[in-house]
Amino acid sequence: MRVVVVGAGPAGVRAVEQVVRAGLTPVWIDEASDGGGRVYQRPPKGFRRDQRALYGADAVRAHELHRTFDALRGRVEWRPDTLVWTVRPGERVLHTLARGTEAGEVPYDALILCTGAMDRVIPIPGWTTPGVATLGGAQIALKAQGVGIGARPVFVGTGPLLWLAALQYAKAGAKPALVLDTTSFAHKVSSAWGLLWSPPTLLRGLRYTAALRARRVPIAEDATPVAIEGEGRVTALRWRDAGWREHVTTCDAVAMGWGLKPEAQLADLAGVPFVFDAAGRNWVPERDAAGRTRVGGVYLAGDGAGIGGAEVAELAGARAALALLADHGQPADLVLVRHLDGRLRTEWRFRLALERAFPFPSRLAASVPDDTILCRCESITAGELREAAATEINRGKALTRVGMGRCQGRVCGPPAAEVLAARLGVPVERVGRLRGQPPVKPIPIGAGT
Amino acid sequence: MTLTRLVDQDRAAVMLTVDGMEVAAKSGDTILTAILAAGFGFVRTSEFGDGPRAGFCWMGACQDCWVMVEGAGVRRACTTLVDAGMRVTRR
Repeated sequence: MRVVVVGAGPAGVRAVEQVVRAGLTPVWIDEASDGGGRVYQRPPKGFRRDQRALYGADAVRAHELHRTFDALRGRVEWRPDTLVWTVRPGERVLHTLARGTEAGEVPYDALILCTGAMDRVIPIPGWTTPGVATLGGAQIALKAQGVGIGARPVFVGTGPLLWLAALQYAKAGAKPALVLDTTSFAHKVSSAWGLLWSPPTLLRGLRYTAALRARRVPIAEDATPVAIEGEGRVTALRWRDAGWREHVTTCDAVAMGWGLKPEAQLADLAGVPFVFDAAGRNWVPERDAAGRTRVGGVYLAGDGAGIGGAEVAELAGARAALALLADHGQPADLVLVRHLDGRLRTEWRFRLALERAFPFPSRLAASVPDDTILCRCESITAGELREAAATEINRGKALTRVGMGRCQGRVCGPPAAEVLAARLGVPVERVGRLRGQPPVKPIPIGAGT
Repeated sequence: MTLTRLVDQDRAAVMLTVDGMEVAAKSGDTILTAILAAGFGFVRTSEFGDGPRAGFCWMGACQDCWVMVEGAGVRRACTTLVDAGMRVTRR
């Protein structure tokens, strides 16, 4: 049986571990040159910081994951630096491009997609200015390159990553000029009962906030970003506090993000139907609790199958592999299956509470000013999409080119849907989602033939 | 912007050129880090006339940091490590 696993982050590592344990030799593909995914990304050779400095409270988990990856790499067909740019589910074939030049085809009987996530952002005036990065990007800059996107950056958004990234920057010697959380403190507290499903995570969040306060980092909650200022480089953030008073904070960089969105393009091209997850306000590929889809031979795990975070991803990766093995007549470890199912149920309940505690500010997304760039690939403004007034987002794309650029709507897709839905006065799920198109990322002309 | 080298910067120097100018980067830098840390301020210019860009996602997703690398063609600056003698052109 030819098993292919796409992605070598937490979900992919734990999936491959189970497949190898069953005596199979999977093909394992990742676009990066190393395992760990974005959350446990390792710096290139020559960097010397230890795990504790790189991954903080997650150092042990990161270390265990890297150790497992390193042990598995030699026992599988490991294909690093390889983009899977489309899938033909009927023939069960993946199309790949290695090192940006070498085209290939990889057949499979069973496929586990562990394709991860990226930041979900809201365009604010000035967000294409050099010095603005996603929260995840700001964190990767520090983790994998030892650099800060600025010396006095501002952190804008909501969610655990907002506070974690700001604290990591402060510890590394940067001077965060402001942490702006669009969620109110009262809302987070009132949601805290749900977070008690996972007390360590709750305590960790409180510790980050306390540590930032102790370092005298200015904090604004229930606040609203208005505009990023500066010609050619970031010089300030204009924002409003909870009482709608306007402030200007001098800074040299802005990191922004409102939770994560699944990188589910390959599941889409494989023909997996999508459902709207109202709690996370994300479109997610449909799967059962074990990661099975309605498409023959295709399994999903990790953030690419719905945002659950790294811990859920590890559990889900192992669980999807066990489902695949059972479906293909391999003996499955029933004790492990039961254990994973129980843990996943608990973790998902916690995740639901987390989504409620840090809600996506859809009103902010819907109110992107008319003259602000919405689609940064094609430089299409929010006003252009509003004016098109299409009744569905793919129609809006055809009319305005929103989401038609080189990132394929990865960045502008969610806010574009909010802008359009608000214009039409309908719930955001009614305008649909941008459909995936091959190639999922740009490839040189000729490589796809 | 001021991309700031904060930690783990005790690495060997690597020379490359950016738009024909000699730039000292460090072994293990991505092209994005090398260009921005050298003070260039941006890595590409929007083809729609709305100004300079300096990447955004740092993880190969947004495609907003494309540069031209001699002999290799168009590359994402955030996921490509520098090599000695590399010749990079901003677009």
